[in-house]
Amino acid sequence: MSGPNTDYDPVEVAAVQPEEVDAARDAALAAIAAAADLDDLKRVRTDHAGDRSPLALANREIGALPPQARKEAGQRVGRARGEVNQALAARQEVLEAEHAARILVEETVDVTLPTDRIPAGARHPITTGSELIADIFVAMGWEVAEGPVIEAEWLNFDALNLGADHPARTMQDTFWTAGEGGTESGVVLRTHTSPVQARTMLDREPPIYVVCPGRVFRTDEYDATHSPMFHQVEGLAVDEGISMAHLKGTLDHFASRLFGEGITTRFRPSYFPFTEPSAEVDLKCFVCKGVDPASCRTCRGEGWIEWGGCGVVNPRVLTACGVDPERYTGFAFGMGIDRTLMFRHDLADLRALFEGDVRFTTAFGTEL
Amino acid sequence: MKAPLSWIKEYVDLPADVTTEELTDRLTDLGLKLEAIHSAADGISGPLVIGQVLTAEPEPQKNGKTINWCTVDVGEANGTGEPQGIVCGAHNFGPGDLVVVVLPGGVLPGGFEISARKTYGHVSAGMICSARELGIGEDHDGIIVLPSDAGKPGDDAFDVLGLREEVIEFEINPDRAYGLSLRGIAREAALAFGAPFRDPAARDVPDANDDGYPVVVDDPVGCPVFVARTVTGFDPAASTPGWLAERITHAGMRPISLAVDITNYVMLETGRPIHGYDLDKLQGTIRVRRAAEGERMTTLDGNERTLSPEDLVVTDDSGIIGLGGVMGGETTEMSETTTNVLVEAAHWDAVSMFRTGKRHKISSEAGKRNERGVDPTICAAAADRVVELLVELGGGTAGPGVTVIGTAPEQPSVRIGYDLPERISGIPISADTVVANLRAIGSTVDADADGVTVTPPPWRPDITDPFDLVEEVVRIVGYDKVPSVVPREATGRGLTRTQQLRRRIGRTLAGAGCVEVVSFPFVGEATFDALGLPDDDVRRHTVPLANPLSAEEPAYTTTLLPGVLKAAARNVGRGAPGVALFETGTVAFPVDRGPAPIYGVDRRPDEADLPKLFEALPRQPLHLAVVVAGERERAGWWGAGRNADWSDAVGLARLLADELGTPLEVRQGARMPWHPGRCARLLVEGVEVGHAGELHPQVCVQLGLPARSAALEVDLDVVMANAAVVIPGPSFSSFPVAKEDVALVVADDVPAADVEAALREGAGELLESVRLFDVYTGEQIGEGSKSLAFALRFRAPDRTLTETETSAARDAAVARAAERVGAVQRA
Ligand SMILES: [Zn+2]
Repeated sequence: MSGPNTDYDPVEVAAVQPEEVDAARDAALAAIAAAADLDDLKRVRTDHAGDRSPLALANREIGALPPQARKEAGQRVGRARGEVNQALAARQEVLEAEHAARILVEETVDVTLPTDRIPAGARHPITTGSELIADIFVAMGWEVAEGPVIEAEWLNFDALNLGADHPARTMQDTFWTAGEGGTESGVVLRTHTSPVQARTMLDREPPIYVVCPGRVFRTDEYDATHSPMFHQVEGLAVDEGISMAHLKGTLDHFASRLFGEGITTRFRPSYFPFTEPSAEVDLKCFVCKGVDPASCRTCRGEGWIEWGGCGVVNPRVLTACGVDPERYTGFAFGMGIDRTLMFRHDLADLRALFEGDVRFTTAFGTEL
Repeated sequence: MKAPLSWIKEYVDLPADVTTEELTDRLTDLGLKLEAIHSAADGISGPLVIGQVLTAEPEPQKNGKTINWCTVDVGEANGTGEPQGIVCGAHNFGPGDLVVVVLPGGVLPGGFEISARKTYGHVSAGMICSARELGIGEDHDGIIVLPSDAGKPGDDAFDVLGLREEVIEFEINPDRAYGLSLRGIAREAALAFGAPFRDPAARDVPDANDDGYPVVVDDPVGCPVFVARTVTGFDPAASTPGWLAERITHAGMRPISLAVDITNYVMLETGRPIHGYDLDKLQGTIRVRRAAEGERMTTLDGNERTLSPEDLVVTDDSGIIGLGGVMGGETTEMSETTTNVLVEAAHWDAVSMFRTGKRHKISSEAGKRNERGVDPTICAAAADRVVELLVELGGGTAGPGVTVIGTAPEQPSVRIGYDLPERISGIPISADTVVANLRAIGSTVDADADGVTVTPPPWRPDITDPFDLVEEVVRIVGYDKVPSVVPREATGRGLTRTQQLRRRIGRTLAGAGCVEVVSFPFVGEATFDALGLPDDDVRRHTVPLANPLSAEEPAYTTTLLPGVLKAAARNVGRGAPGVALFETGTVAFPVDRGPAPIYGVDRRPDEADLPKLFEALPRQPLHLAVVVAGERERAGWWGAGRNADWSDAVGLARLLADELGTPLEVRQGARMPWHPGRCARLLVEGVEVGHAGELHPQVCVQLGLPARSAALEVDLDVVMANAAVVIPGPSFSSFPVAKEDVALVVADDVPAADVEAALREGAGELLESVRLFDVYTGEQIGEGSKSLAFALRFRAPDRTLTETETSAARDAAVARAAERVGAVQRA
């Protein structure tokens, strides 16, 4: 309640007439209803429920009345004040709600404004593509093996049945590191991820199920489809009773995980020194599915896409790496990651992968 | 290897309904991979017809030339039946001759479009063609004059010229050298369709006799067989017949002269390289031996070569006359005047051929075959075939002498059990199939109860191992029969910790707005000069390449900065207002421990030897480089943007360390290519792991980067090795916090990190956190000093701190800062 009414002037105290109380109440209720906003209502509260409002004054007069009239007047004034306070509270609530709603409306912003204070980052599709591939194999219980990019000649070639006089050695145009004074260093930039196979077999006993994504080098001139640096993924399984059927099963699974259900592979005889028998792997075209491929840009009308090489691990390789070829057999495969990305994502020029233009890379986001 | 279809069909009777596609599909399935099917008419289109010359009026021209103004009957081919007026510069024809005419609207190889055009005062409506213009021969001296029975005017000329010929190009794998001959391809075609095969190398040859040219072979290992035959009275003016020129042209070789063309033809036919000598230039006995160190000779390509004792040479009394099996010499080369020829068909050791070819960088059709392995049993037959053609086409006489030195080496036999092909392929394969398929490729098969002992055919020197036989059996069964079986479940351990951390690093940086790039790792002195590296900088000590692609970048990089900086400059050059890039990859530091050993492959290297292999390799730590250049935060409706500065680079280093739980210490540093005053040295457990900060202004200018570009490079191996493994859960108090701000004045060169460390130390256990929130320099502080404002938060684990406790802790902190770094609290 408000403080003492110091302006109290008994002379002005009027008699508490029932009509006046009712009139004061009605005037208060009308003013409350007419209050348009919270400021209005505040004024109405002062005028009609404040210390100097008619009802407050009437209330103060009650004490001066004779006991009989005091009770009746007390009840009347009390009721009227109750009604006014109730109406004030109700109106206050309505007006507060209206006010809150209006503020929300006033605070409306254009949410279509740009919000890119810091431009988005991205990981390179070769990285995310390698991870995608690795994860397919990890989900099968394989592990991801790795090895150095600058590799021993023995591991890159000899151990893989690519002896110094093997014509296939010259087919892989090799970057050699220079030894002291131009001597032979016995060290190369690995021409394939296959030395990781050899390292894995030298490092542990079968069963071996590993996949090895990585960077490799060949002395190719740089153009739309060739690069002196590119990426491969190698797979190796060595276990008892492994056959080409397991190789086919694994590659079919790999193909369908990477390119969609129903995308399988086919083998064509080929030659790699480290596998025998050897095969080239073709991937059923994941765009036309081999159905009416004539107009298909992806497989150029073949229905199949050349994907990589594979075969049964040559027993000579097992021997050089200390795996008993009488007990174990194995299979190996290798694919170009860059090439796989090129046809999976319809890239026209390999060089886009190595230019570092952010417009290229950000298109792929952080996962493939 | 390019094989004209008609030539293949000469040796195999394919079923009549077999299409070229079916043939190439089946051969691809057998391992002779189709590269392309060419048509001899590639590049020729439109009306190409037989014309009969009606008139030919020579008209001398001002330029000294004489042209012929001809009218040519082309039948109805021109739509009018009227003779066609054509200007022709050649003179090897006259009225009545049948010629080849391309009419307006036709196109010749090279995209040469024919139209009626005004020339030498006439409208020439078409062209009378030479072989060269049609791309079917080299003869440019005259136009093609067809035999009088070739057809009638207006007839299509494609057939007459053999232009309908299909040429199949195969990609021949190194193990199938026999596929480098029509003999080998036709044999596979016969195998594919079960069709009869006629071996062009199966012929009756005269027996060796003592009348042959004298030959001595000193090195029967290098040259096990040497056959020499002679032909005399050969007409050097005889020209190569069209069919032969056409075939070798289709096979990808250039017709040169009849004698040379015949040796090439027989090489293509049989796979056996042949060398022809001018018999009159030979002096005395032919000898085959290894060269002496430093001996010299000039090969017929005009190059003088210094020889090694590994090179096999052919000599006569005059000295070296050929690099055996690889290339002949200049002195005994056949020429336009050669009338007497000595034909050499020799078998050479493949490894020697490979080494000699590689050493002297000679790549020839003969060498390609000799180094991969040629049938050693057909030397006499191939020589006889050459003699036959020289006699038949060049009017020579076969000499009676037949020299044959040595015998073909035996093929070692290989044994397999019947079950091996099935075990390896996963296809059910019967013993009968094993035997039948091995016989089908020409092997001698000795079958017993358990398996087969196989002597491979002489044209298959590649078959040496049991698994080679498996491949032969399985390729005939068909690779398409291999079932698809997922191997039994492997039980791997998932990604290694390092592999997982690497992924986290990439995602963290991408999340911070950085874009990953992949760069080539090749660098040179200029790369390091641009970075301003001092001469003795360890990063200049690189692993050199023996054969770099570019002489400017002859080494493998020691730093990833050049790659990311170059990419940043490229993006900026392409209009990007700002760029944040990162790259992870290995770099290489030489270890200088001498060459890596080459071990044998007949067993695993000894345990003691393996480390030597690994230790000889360069040290290859995994690095991370980041560059932030230009606009880092964009301007927008929210206000101004912000350009990258040193703190972005250091901030990213801290972000990564936080992400990995690696304790990172940042110290003031100085290293190129960073700004000497704005370079942070990064340490983990006291080990320097890299640097971060603003790039040196000159480096930005050099590399075309925006001013104040910043960069970071760290050794991730060390950062990852120190990443937190199992993080203990934190415990914290829920009692109220007490906050105290202090402003400390210190000398300019006192690192904020040192002040903070002193505060931490002095504040004691009640300190919850300390954070620097302002740096002030200016008049109020005075020259040479700065004011650092820190917000300290105190909290006790078990009670609400009193004001007395809090201010005591604060005072202790300030006191320690005063003691350690001379800090004075600002009033
Ligand atoms: Zn397709």
